[in-house]
This record gives sequence, C-alpha cells and structure tokens, in this order.
Amino acid sequence: MEHPARQPGASILELNDIQMSFGGVHALKGINHAVPEGIIQAVIGPNGAGKTTLFHCISGLLNPTEGSILFRGAEINGLAPHRIAHLGISRTFQHVALFKSMTVLENVMLGRHSRTRSGFWATGLRFPGMRSEERNIHKKAEAFLDLVGLADASRLQAGTLPLGKQKILEIARALATEPRLVLLDEPAGGLNMTETEELGVLIQKICQTGITVVLVEHDMNLVMDISDQILVLHYGQYLASGTPQHIKDDPAVIEAYLGEN
Amino acid sequence: MRTTDRWIFTVVFLLIAVFPWLVGRISGISHYIEVMIFAGIFSLVCLGLSLLMGYAGQISLAQAAFFGIGAYTSGILTARFDWNPWLAMPVGAVLAAAVAWIVGVPALRLRGHYLAMATLGFGVIVHIVFSEEVEWTGGPSGMVDIPGLAIAGWRISSEVQWYYLIWGIVFLALLFSFHILHSRVGRALRAIHEEEIAAEAMGVPTARYKVQIFVFGAVLAAIAGSFYTHYVTFLSPSSFNLMWSIRFVLMVMVGGMQSLWGALLGTVLLTFVGNEWLQVFADFEVLVYGAILLVVALFLPQGLISVLRRGPGGARSSVSRLGGEG
Ligand SMILES: Nc1ncnc2c1ncn2[C@@H]1O[C@H](COP(=O)(O)OP(=O)(O)OP(=O)(O)O)[C@@H](O)[C@H]1O
Ligand SMILES: [Mg+2]
Repeated sequence: MEHPARQPGASILELNDIQMSFGGVHALKGINHAVPEGIIQAVIGPNGAGKTTLFHCISGLLNPTEGSILFRGAEINGLAPHRIAHLGISRTFQHVALFKSMTVLENVMLGRHSRTRSGFWATGLRFPGMRSEERNIHKKAEAFLDLVGLADASRLQAGTLPLGKQKILEIARALATEPRLVLLDEPAGGLNMTETEELGVLIQKICQTGITVVLVEHDMNLVMDISDQILVLHYGQYLASGTPQHIKDDPAVIEAYLGEN
Repeated sequence: MRTTDRWIFTVVFLLIAVFPWLVGRISGISHYIEVMIFAGIFSLVCLGLSLLMGYAGQISLAQAAFFGIGAYTSGILTARFDWNPWLAMPVGAVLAAAVAWIVGVPALRLRGHYLAMATLGFGVIVHIVFSEEVEWTGGPSGMVDIPGLAIAGWRISSEVQWYYLIWGIVFLALLFSFHILHSRVGRALRAIHEEEIAAEAMGVPTARYKVQIFVFGAVLAAIAGSFYTHYVTFLSPSSFNLMWSIRFVLMVMVGGMQSLWGALLGTVLLTFVGNEWLQVFADFEVLVYGAILLVVALFLPQGLISVLRRGPGGARSSVSRLGGEG
C-alpha cells in the first residue's frame, strides 16, 4: 500500500513480510499486518510465538532478517533504536528493564531524553537554558507519574518497588518520550486483579490521548475487555486477526491457543 | 550537585587548601607538596577515565598517549615556535579530541572491549612517534628549553603556587564533571551503565555518549599534559608509555570506578605509593602494581571508596542482555 499523504484512519504501523531468524531458529516467519492509528491492538499467542521478537524488531533492538516496517508511512527498519524512539515509538519490557538504582522520578525523567537538548557543555557549565530545561523535565516527569498513579513513590529507588509498580513505572517512562505508538510487553505480568483492572483503565486512558497502543498480554480477560483488534501469532506465523468477538470464536485460535490451557 | 557530594566537595577542598600549611609544619615531608602536584596532574588524567570505566564500562589504554599529545604539543609549540603556553594548550586539547574521536567512533560502535584493544594499539604507536620523531620531540634523550607558566605576566615559580594552580584546575574539572553527572547527560550515562538496551530504546544515543566521554577524558588528559610540560620543563617519551596508561587505569580501579571521589583517592594514593613509599621496591614496580590490582579485583571490586561509603563489597547491578526471553 502507498501512503502519499497521511489521512485519518490510515495505519500508523505496517509490517510487511517480517522474518526474524536466530541461526536456525525462525522466530518470525513472514508477518504481514497493519495497525490503524488510535486503536488498542493486542498481539497474542502461546509462549514462544514470537511476540517479544516482533516488539524488538519494531523498536529497532533487532533488525529483521527480511521484510520492512513502516511507521507513519516511512520505513524504520535498520534505524538505531534511539532514532526510532525519537520518531515516536516507545515500549516497555517483558522482563522489567528499569534503571534500578535511579529514583522513580529519574527513570521517568530519562524518558524525556529525546525531547530535550542540553549536551556536555551546556550541562557541565550549567547554562541558564539548561537549568530551565531541567526544571521542565522535572515537571513533565512528575505529571506522567501522576497520570499512572506513582506520584507518591517518586523519591524511591526504582528497584525497591514491588514488581507490579515497576511495570507501571515502565509505562510512565515510555509515555514520557511522548510516543505516537507505544508497545506494552505483558504489562499485567505480576499484577494482581485490582491492579490489572486499573491497568486496563490506564491503557484506555492512554489510547484516548491519541496514542496507539500495541499490547502483548497473556491475561485474556484484559485483552478481550480493552482491545479493538487482536492479532494472533503461532510459532512465528500469522494465525488470525480481528475483533475480540471474532477471535474468541475462531476455531483455529481456540485449537492453537485457548484450547491449550 | 547532590548534598552529599557538596559536603565531600567542601571537606576535600578544605583539606587540599590547608595541605601546604600542614606539610610545612611537619619536618621531613616538605617535598610532599611536589608529590601532590603530580597527583593533581594525574587526577585530571584519571577523571575522564573514571567516567569512561564507571559509566560506559570501557577501558582506555591510551590515557598516557593523550597526556603525551598535550605535553608534546605544548612543548613543541612553546619551545620550538615560541608560542604563548596558554595558546598552545588548547591546540593540544583540540588535537587530542580529534584523535580520540577518530579512534573512538569505530571502536565504540561495537559492543565489547574493542576500545581497550584499539587504544592499546594506538597508545603504542603514539609512544613510538614520541621516541622516533627526534627532530620534533628530541627523541629518547628528551626535550629541553620548555618555558614555565606565567599568569598575566606574573611567573608561577614556587611549588606552593604550582600546587594551588593545579588543584584549582582539578576542582574546576571536578565541578564540571559533577554538573554533567547530575543532569540530563548524567542521567543518560547512569542509564547506560544500568540498562544499556532500555536506555537506547528510550532515546539515548548510547554509542555517541560513550564517544563523548572518551573524548572528554582525552581532552582532560591533554590539558594535564600541557601543565605537566610547563611544570617539569622537560619531556621524555618514557613518561607516556603503556606502563603509564596501565598505572592510570589502576589508579581509577584502586579508588573505585563510577565515583569521581574514588578516582581522586586512588590517584593520590598511588602517586604517593609510586613516588614515595615504594622507592625501595622500584625494581619490582610491575610486580607491586600487579599485586595491588589482584587484591582490589578480588576483595574490593568497587574500590577503596566503597569501604569509606558502606563497607567492602556492595551490590552491583547486572546489565541485562537482549534475547532469550521466553
Ligand atoms: N536472541 C535469541 N536467540 C535465539 N532464539 C531466540 C532469541 N530470542 C527469541 N528466540 C526464540 O524465538 C522464539 C520466539 O520468542 P519470543 O520471546 O519472541 O516469544 P514470545 O511470544 O514473546 O513468548 P512469551 O509469551 O513466552 O514471552 C522462541 O522460540 C525463542 O526461544
Ligand atoms: Mg515475550
């Protein structure tokens, strides 16, 4: 598909025949999919289906062996991850990857990196512009902590938070980069039932601000509740795609995925 | 600056300030001033190296080479071309920066210890140039007739004046480094140290920052080299060989990586060890350094500063690697 101009309802992310091999292991075997802007897109599939690998490809941590990834119509595969972050894709990690000995607030402040400028000279010599930028980073970071409900913990060391809160903090850090697309890799892992419900509300809130959400999650209640579209992967391959209702009733999905449990 | 750093800064500042007076009151150690001047010069070399080792997780074996680039640039421009020392100094710094950038960019793009290897080779080459380019550097027999320093026509002549000049500059460099560490750039450096992949994914150009610290360390080393030149007014290639690069790495390791205070402590300590307390063992110097390195690596991986801070050991965050999540 061509995107001569951006139109409402256009897809924000397009995956064209994405393949990813690690030596002999084919983690992704040709994924084609388009994510419309402004929706909550779930990606599900049994363990080892290739969901995390797909996220690594989109965020630039892995370079797909084959295929192309278009973000807002422009190819992004091959770009360094920090460039992709700058373009407006952010993410969380399945295995929490916070800066553990930094404070909760500092973790979110780091998320502001690609939206701010002060370099070696400006910070070393404390230029006035740098000081006001620093105050701004501080203020914005606090606002994002407020949004996810972690404002009270801002002075604590990130590594000391319980796992559930660490997962939420990763979301705040990702939002601080002001993404247009955010990839959440199993955000409900380690959360209890109330926390998971709150997470669902938070994800919907994020989506309402205009950010497209791609959600990898094993908690089917959450997925079915909040997703607009679901993509199902199985052994690195496309299995099905559609609305939650459609996926629930798909016999192939039931057999490959839901039937397993 | 954080409040704890501000406290330490004040205390160390006062200690350094009263040191000449203290030394003057105790007989037999008046030459400690001179040792401390060298310790100050070496501290400049080790500051940037400490950032590189502590935050980028990389080792440079070319600090002595950058030190030498500053020293010889100043030496040659002032002794052979009659330049003003204060004009020659930035030329050495810029030259070191350019060379560091050329060596650092390809080596730091790759993950792993390519920088150690690249700087090892580079350091050896630079030392050979110092020794062989006899016409410019005087070769192994050394370079003489280098002028001293003057500030606004006022010559820096006594040891005490040199002492305050050098340590004044060390404190300026420290202040600059602390400002960097407690800002946007410092957060990025700490993030790289803790979770490099996450830092990159959140928008931090990790390779570029590593190059920047490496260049910063090279510039500080070159500036130190310029001051060294005008202080000793004599240059010989043996002050800039691989052994010196290893000594600088050792100074940082003994004091503690990832702590600027640790780097300072290690530098002062090892300068005294080398210049003063181990003169008797001069023939076994390499052996002594090897033993120190072994003891530090085995029992004090975080350096002496960790003992002052919270007792030996101390938790270290592991850097998680990409892949194999499943
Ligand atoms: N770096 C790597 N090297 C080799 N094989 C890998 C690597 N990363 C992933 N794999 C393999 O690729 C396949 C897909 O893994 P991936 O982590 O993407 O699955 P997933 O769908 O996220 O699973 P889970 O639900 O358990 O998180 C697995 O078979 C995994 O072992
Ligand atoms: Mg996964």
